[in-house]
Amino acid sequence: MHEFSIMQAALETATDKTRAAGATQIHRMKLRVGRLSGVVPDALRFAFDGLKGESIAADAVLEIELVPAVCWCPDCAKEFETADLKYECPHCHQPSGDLRQGKEMDLASLEIS
Amino acid sequence: MCQECGCSKPGPYSIDGKPSGPHAHAHTHTLADGTVISHSHDDEGGHGHAHSHGHEHGHGHSHSHGARQVLNLNTGVLGGNDRVAEQNRGAFKALNLLALNVVSSPGAGKTTLLTRTLNELKGRLRCAVIVGDLATDNDAARLRTTGAPVVQIATGTLCHLEAGMVAEAMRELDLRALDILIIENVGNLVCPASFDLGESLRVVLHSVTEGEDKPLKYPPMFHSADVVLVTKMDMAEPAGFDRELALKNIRQASPRAKVFEVSSKSGQGVAAWVDYLAGLQTKSKSVK
Repeated sequence: MHEFSIMQAALETATDKTRAAGATQIHRMKLRVGRLSGVVPDALRFAFDGLKGESIAADAVLEIELVPAVCWCPDCAKEFETADLKYECPHCHQPSGDLRQGKEMDLASLEIS
Repeated sequence: MCQECGCSKPGPYSIDGKPSGPHAHAHTHTLADGTVISHSHDDEGGHGHAHSHGHEHGHGHSHSHGARQVLNLNTGVLGGNDRVAEQNRGAFKALNLLALNVVSSPGAGKTTLLTRTLNELKGRLRCAVIVGDLATDNDAARLRTTGAPVVQIATGTLCHLEAGMVAEAMRELDLRALDILIIENVGNLVCPASFDLGESLRVVLHSVTEGEDKPLKYPPMFHSADVVLVTKMDMAEPAGFDRELALKNIRQASPRAKVFEVSSKSGQGVAAWVDYLAGLQTKSKSVK
């Protein structure tokens, strides 16, 4: 449900940055969303389609890059991807709470003119 | 989220019954052509819109139109909330205040457990509570029976607390006279995971009547937990609760969390939980 407000915040930031760069239109907006961000990409796309009409991104394309969740295993001194979201090191099978990436909710880039 | 216009600004919320939030006044939307529309949600009927058409753009352009450029921003979408959360965190540190963000699904027993916790801590540590719900101050009334200061945030339509609301509610409390500030979040296992409040500890409740797989179904919330409290342990048997499976799931979803099994009703495990809090607060005091 909060994807709607998150998308609105992203569009507000994108609009501010575009205007600050002296441009008037957004053609492409790229978000980077971690698997553990608590945000559902499909819901973000739905929110974008509903909201962009009243913004300078009305004709923009939304691109979402999904960031995998990566943990650090202190015993193996290795990073591992938690494909099943179980945070268990595939080498030593110890759980790790040290999340190195996967909570991102970033406005990565804009294509503007 | 403001349900009236769909914008991300929180709708009208109130702190201890006093209206607050951006919509207590007015806010603006900017349309594609630069037209600024401002409207206010003060009116009950919501029809008192004031539209102003003062164009913002200048006419002395020097840049060339049409040339596309790429702006690499890499900025957090919730940067605004995170900044306020950092300010809260700084305030908690400066005041040696242990701040808990207590989250769970509705009905997991947050208020009952906190009432018990406040009673057990009476005379040991000075506590206050900020409690968020969509409506009513029923929880605040229940918590106030302990004698602790309580501030109720009625979020209106918002499904989670934001750092700014907590900052505002903190002004209603004498923070210098406190050791522990408990923030009871809106009952919801999804959205509060995304909103840092600046807390020292995130405490997630999981009641035995919710089954064993909640941690696997809501990974972001459980992974962010510093403490998981398995509540209503007195109901474990009638609910057919598979304790071993639940603990295994919690360890998978929240590997770094400290786990307590408690019952606010029978008192099982409450002493261990309360001693843990008291131990943390003593530590934070001695680190001066």
